[in-house]
Amino acid sequence: MPAGTRVRWAVVSATSVALVATGCGSGGGSGGGSSDASKTFTYQSSEPQNPLQPANANEVGGGRIVQNLFKGLADYDPTSGKLRMQVADSIDTSDAQTYNVTLKSGWTFHDGTPVTAQSFVNAWNWAANVGNNQINSSWFGDIEGYKDVHPENGSPTTDKMSGLTVQDDTHFTIKLYNKVSYFPYKLGYVAFSPLPEGFFKDPAGYGQKPVGNGPYQFVSWDHNSQVVTKTFANYQGVDKPKNGGVVFKMYTTSEAAYADLQSNNLDVMDQVPPSALANYKNDLGDRAVDAPQGAIQNVGFTLYQPEWQPANTAKVRQGLSMAIDRDTITQTVLQGSRKSATAWVAEGVEGYKSGTCGDYCTYNPDKAKQLIQEGGGVPGNAIKITYNADGGHKEWVDAVCNSIRQVTGVNCSGDPKTDFKTARAAITGHQINGLFRTGWVQDYPLNANFLADVYRTGAASNDTGYSSPEFDKLSTEADQAASIQDTATGYQKAEEQLALDMPAIPLWYYRTNSGYSTNVQNVTFDSFGNPAWTQVEVKG
Amino acid sequence: MGHYVLRRVLQMIPVFFGATLLIFLMVYSLPGDPIAAMFGDKAADPAQVASLRHKYYLDQPLWKQYLHYMNNIFHLDFGTSFTGRPVSEIMADAFPVTIRLALVAFFFEIFVGLPLGLIAGLYRGSVADTLVLVLTLIVISIPVFVLGYIAQTIFAINLGWVTATVQDSEDITQLILPGLVLASLSLAYVARLTRTSIGENLRADYMRTAVAKGLPRHTIIGRHLLRNSLIPVVTFLGTDLGALMGGAIVTEGIFNIAGVGNVLYKAINQKEGPTVVGIVTVLVLVYLVASLVVDLLYAVLDPRIRYA
Repeated sequence: MPAGTRVRWAVVSATSVALVATGCGSGGGSGGGSSDASKTFTYQSSEPQNPLQPANANEVGGGRIVQNLFKGLADYDPTSGKLRMQVADSIDTSDAQTYNVTLKSGWTFHDGTPVTAQSFVNAWNWAANVGNNQINSSWFGDIEGYKDVHPENGSPTTDKMSGLTVQDDTHFTIKLYNKVSYFPYKLGYVAFSPLPEGFFKDPAGYGQKPVGNGPYQFVSWDHNSQVVTKTFANYQGVDKPKNGGVVFKMYTTSEAAYADLQSNNLDVMDQVPPSALANYKNDLGDRAVDAPQGAIQNVGFTLYQPEWQPANTAKVRQGLSMAIDRDTITQTVLQGSRKSATAWVAEGVEGYKSGTCGDYCTYNPDKAKQLIQEGGGVPGNAIKITYNADGGHKEWVDAVCNSIRQVTGVNCSGDPKTDFKTARAAITGHQINGLFRTGWVQDYPLNANFLADVYRTGAASNDTGYSSPEFDKLSTEADQAASIQDTATGYQKAEEQLALDMPAIPLWYYRTNSGYSTNVQNVTFDSFGNPAWTQVEVKG
Repeated sequence: MGHYVLRRVLQMIPVFFGATLLIFLMVYSLPGDPIAAMFGDKAADPAQVASLRHKYYLDQPLWKQYLHYMNNIFHLDFGTSFTGRPVSEIMADAFPVTIRLALVAFFFEIFVGLPLGLIAGLYRGSVADTLVLVLTLIVISIPVFVLGYIAQTIFAINLGWVTATVQDSEDITQLILPGLVLASLSLAYVARLTRTSIGENLRADYMRTAVAKGLPRHTIIGRHLLRNSLIPVVTFLGTDLGALMGGAIVTEGIFNIAGVGNVLYKAINQKEGPTVVGIVTVLVLVYLVASLVVDLLYAVLDPRIRYA
């Protein structure tokens, strides 16, 4: 998922975030005091930008709340990042195109009504419908019949996708347009949550007072102040809450949240502010958290411009990549809050393979100069890196440019745009020259997400205009693989092609730099940068 | 007097229209596409974007958008934000918070700033005067966010006297620290303005007359000196009240207060037209009313001023 927007520090500044998630926790609990399962804890959040509807939550503020209120067919294990069945008992397929879903019985919504196959199918049909204005509606694009409820122009011709068939209360099938072997991974995204019947009578009202089937149920939304949830007693998921609920406290700056954390007025943070990065481990001791995140920072090239199209310009791009001293920049300018990238897929993601970028992502001034010369030099001997000035990127863009300038003599400079939306408009409108900051935050912890969605020809988020028949062929093959494992391996092969063409320079992986108060313990973070909500223990 | 007030109130009507139009144009000309920005880095689905644009009336030409907006205003509908909340509700939430904070700050400006200026002005060249000058110089030269963070670190994190941020904006005691920080700069100006004004009026003829008449000292200072010296200070305080309402973004950010400044800042970032226009229009009206009150106060303070 795209990285986001204003509120958060950096890159990824925020948009999406999905599910509860994945992999790689760290942090850990400090000591094992007794805990009280009825007590709630507070979490640093930001005011949701959209109503609290599952398919409408693609920024962190709303996304984190919605993923606690709703639970889909599956989610991702916070420690391993692997797909884990929740409402679904099984999701089977023989051809990677038709999926048979069997539900567990006993699940209910917070209003007491049962969660059935119909709850899912109705919710997806509603969310995919273009007229219902759900931001994540395109997530349903794989399902057959999507184009009828979501035509490119005009009104939907029907309100049901033909690919969804309900057999009975606990069985339904999903038929896709094409083979997508990792489709179950997508089903872990919060947009695929079920909705209770009442929702469809008053979607706007339910957007303000959501009724879900997740571990926590909605209590109140005091706008710009807090969203209060409490544990749902009849929650049937495998991750039963060990606390009494989560209170999402809205902060406009992470500095204010950090001040509250230090004085125990806030229990768990999202990210410590950049100003505290140097000291937070001293300030918090063993309550500081430093965990990997499924997000990567890149610098993309405008491959759609004629000067970058000749085949040998790939050498120039590889040379520029080798001219960047990643290790020094992550340690100094970024204060250890990032880890140098060695591939286009972030660490901890299923299918992650270290070192795919190889020597091209290793700092080597001599080789860098040589490659750039062989490739015919940088057009005009000058490059500009476009970035959004509101995301805290200036420092590292300047550092990257310094590194490039010193090594290669190429005149590199930053080209700041006022804010995130202006920069996005310039990037998608092809109104920039040369290079631009880009990033990717996982939608689901599988390497396909980092590759197919960004580098495949014509992919929605392919901002570089990269088009490689070889890459497309390998990823299509991977999509048709028989198992997730084969898919991941197939995409690893496709990723190797990126090293040859270098459509974007991988810079570094994000990390969760966070902490928690003395009131809580057993706080671990997954690769989405979310705490394992239900596992947090509040001291008695 | 009544006519004067009526005329001033009537003048607010064209100002209201002008202000809404100008702000509307300004929001419209902000760079970037608010609908596309909702999708983050992920490419926006064109069909969905078109549908959302239609929903928020953004697919119409600008003049139609404005007429649509104004038409709604006359039906007391300020539009809805992207979260689906009515803007009137957002304003009803944010303004009381900011008004409370502004009043706390205003209180400090008057009840700390004025006496400081009075003492400094009466005893020019004394130790007290020098002290006030040095202190206000320091406050004026330090940016408010530095003051804010220092105050927060010392009083909340180190000493633990107050909570680091405002947990409940209805609890006035929690607003004291942010209020003081917010007031600091204006407080320094008020003190210095009062000091200068008092210094000048001390040498005025009517002061000599008052002393010669043998009036008691408190009458001379209270009724003659202070009252005449207050005119420039009141002018400043009047416009400052407007500034306190809309300009508290930094302080509100440091102490996490969900007031007008923060809501406005976020709305501008999201290019959320209805919210921005609604809030700024109300702020413009606040300014207008504040300056009307200031003008009326002149007449109270200075008997030579009369409004026909």
